[in-house]
Amino acid sequence: MEGIRDKVAIIGMGCTKFGELWDKSADDLVVDACYEAFEDAGVETKDIQAAWFGSCFSGFQGSALATPLKLEYIPVTRVENLCCTGTEAIRGAAYAVAAGAYDMVLACGVEKLKDHNVGFGKVRGLPLDSSQIHLDLPPTNFFAKLAVRYFYHYGISMEEGRRILAQIAVKNHHNGTLCPKAHLRREVSIETVLNAPMISYPLGLYDCCGLSEGGAAAVITTPEIAKSLRTEYILIKGFGISSGAAQAELRSDYDYTYIPENVYCAQQAYKEAGIKNPRQEIDVAEVHDCFTIHELSIYESLGFSPQGRAREDVEAGTFTLEGELPVNTDGGLKSFGHPLAASGIRMIYEIYNQLLERAGPRQVKNARIGLSHNLGGLPPNCAVVIIGRPD
Amino acid sequence: MVGITSYGAYVPMWRLERKSIAKGLTGEKAIANFDEDSITMAAAAVMDCLNGVNRESISELLFASTTFPYLLLQSASIVAAACDLRHDIATADFANSLRGGTAGILSGVNAVIAKTASRAMVVAADCRLGAPGSELEQTIGDGAAALLIGDTDVAASLEASYSVSDEIMDMWRTQHDNFIRAWEPRFIAQSYMRVAGEAITGVLQKCNMKPEDFSKVVLYAPDQRRAADLARSLGFDPKAQLQDPLIGVMGNTGTAYPLMLLVAALEESKPGDLILMASYGSGADAFVFRVTEQIEKLKGKARGMKTHLASKKQLDDYRTYLLWRGLLNPTDELVYMPYASYGTTSTPAMWRERNYILRFHGSKCKACNTVQFPPQRVCTQCRAKDQSEEVRLSNRGIVYTFTLDSGSSVVDSPVVDCVVDFDGGGRGEFCMTDRVPEEVELGMRVEPSFRKLFFREGIYHYYWKVIPVRTNETKTGGK
Repeated sequence: MEGIRDKVAIIGMGCTKFGELWDKSADDLVVDACYEAFEDAGVETKDIQAAWFGSCFSGFQGSALATPLKLEYIPVTRVENLCCTGTEAIRGAAYAVAAGAYDMVLACGVEKLKDHNVGFGKVRGLPLDSSQIHLDLPPTNFFAKLAVRYFYHYGISMEEGRRILAQIAVKNHHNGTLCPKAHLRREVSIETVLNAPMISYPLGLYDCCGLSEGGAAAVITTPEIAKSLRTEYILIKGFGISSGAAQAELRSDYDYTYIPENVYCAQQAYKEAGIKNPRQEIDVAEVHDCFTIHELSIYESLGFSPQGRAREDVEAGTFTLEGELPVNTDGGLKSFGHPLAASGIRMIYEIYNQLLERAGPRQVKNARIGLSHNLGGLPPNCAVVIIGRPD
Repeated sequence: MVGITSYGAYVPMWRLERKSIAKGLTGEKAIANFDEDSITMAAAAVMDCLNGVNRESISELLFASTTFPYLLLQSASIVAAACDLRHDIATADFANSLRGGTAGILSGVNAVIAKTASRAMVVAADCRLGAPGSELEQTIGDGAAALLIGDTDVAASLEASYSVSDEIMDMWRTQHDNFIRAWEPRFIAQSYMRVAGEAITGVLQKCNMKPEDFSKVVLYAPDQRRAADLARSLGFDPKAQLQDPLIGVMGNTGTAYPLMLLVAALEESKPGDLILMASYGSGADAFVFRVTEQIEKLKGKARGMKTHLASKKQLDDYRTYLLWRGLLNPTDELVYMPYASYGTTSTPAMWRERNYILRFHGSKCKACNTVQFPPQRVCTQCRAKDQSEEVRLSNRGIVYTFTLDSGSSVVDSPVVDCVVDFDGGGRGEFCMTDRVPEEVELGMRVEPSFRKLFFREGIYHYYWKVIPVRTNETKTGGK
């Protein structure tokens, strides 16, 4: 099993402004994201041989991508794996290139969430009717239960715990002010975070990411073609995907102090990328900060901090822009909101820009290897992709 | 000897202080929570009655109420499933009469005498609505009682009964009415005195007994005063003999009322006591019970009336009461519940899942003993396929972790969402009800409680929630 390492290149990426895009349709987001990626790559629509279209609710078949772009009769596959959808679209496209089936492909993820009334509860959905008796609460509640148990397990009082989490929210909001495409671009203080209304105890408003809309895209090809076309590109180093089998729900020995799917997907990706010490070898990371407690948990599950000791790194500023391992340099889901299928590619877009030294005021010095991570659904599906500079 | 072999009751946790209805009113009445109805209260009473009784021994379940949620769909079979009774039993609903509970007793007794049932569970529950502002709204309460009828281990033998049928429009409700209709109280009182008096006189004559032979007289009562009036008029001493009608602390609980009062009398009784009980509604049924030595073995098993009445939380907010009863009619978005935010109901799915939705069954792996809830075909621990047996989860568990969701419900905010580990195995995510959010903590002892989740698409959805254990048991277990 050789894996994907160094077999596929990303030569162009695009990303729309994220936010409440009342004046944009899903088609508009597709066009804006993909044309930016085409321009970046120096290719045209006619060069694309196949495409992977990520959408959870904003388009249900390949034609939803083909129509706005006028892709003419090429294969387009719709991808859906909840919050991992964008990363899965990239993965599908990358595997097709690695397999030698195509030379140049497109991956795109878009999501329109604000065309539905009454928030997240109404936009999630399963296609089948059911007995309707299962608790159907927003995902905040799973992470809140994780927080309650995590704090208890590590002897952290609720007040201390909330203060640790608040530092993550403050960091990400700060980074978001430096990113023009972010939805929310203002600084928040620890006190603002701590005094905000409670959403799911112990998580308050600023512990949660917002609901927004957006689109992102990537043009993917072989390293050989990338080299012949342009000087700036990055290589895919590894993928990891882990799907839960409801262990948290079914097993009394699951302790709610971490999310095993995060550990397993990271291990897969590290193995493929040849990474032994992630804290040393990863230069910059985008992780799924849907809720602050999740970012804290990810630090540990992805091997950035020892299990149970992420708080020390938070307090030391390890994950700030100036820190040892900057995380969510563009402001993360906290600042961008989370249009499900768009987020994964938006996060890879930030790492891509960091590796190509295009990140402006939030540029991390000497970033050569970066990581992007998503978690979606309950039981969770988790995805990690590692990308790096070719040199 | 045929008679009562076990008893149980259910009084909802919540009491509405009457002064919140109108200034100057005193006392309180038991009110069902927003997620309770006659079916859920009946299930709770039957489970209380089953404490220490082998479920497999029950061969009939008779359910009486004037507030069955469905007009066409048997409620008794839902209660039987929720209590995990045998599949091969007789079930029936006794509808439309305040005498339904005592009609159920007569039917159960006859079934045991005729040997068509070895043990018959008779349960009565009511959750009636008096129109806002009406006197009935003040006097009626919600509750349930269950009596197990059999011919072995009889704790109160039925010595005699006497029934009177009497047509009168004194209190009624049609399918078009949300609220009870009634003629003026004095009209009801004259009928009550006449008809219940006739039945009691009849049963006394039948067994050749006198009022002074009885330790307790248990009377359905339209109000506190009339029960005493009736007892006195028949030669009983209300002070010494009349079972407290509990109007001031519970209210008139309709079909369940005479059975609940009988349970209260049995809790206080001693071997050899004679108890006279009478119901009322389009006639009257009167019964004479003789308490046996067996009564001592039942004491302390069920929560019955005493523990349920003592275990309570006060509600001093009439608006919340109206919201619970569906009388405020908030818009659909406002009552957005933590259930069913997408899709529509599939009754085939409800039917396939009935053993865990209603019977609270998990699957226990025969290879490694792991209990999974809901039942799974492949074991999460050892991956054995199709090698499990269904087991009902324990009636006790602890809160492993929880959260309080502030934004997902108007009637139940914050939603207490908790992960519960049940004693003996099985973990599940449940909503906690009848709770004070500030008191929820890790390691808290809870018990499953059968509840109505919501009504939509013409379907009442029932499933399990958890509640803090309703006794003086230790509040917290291992964390």
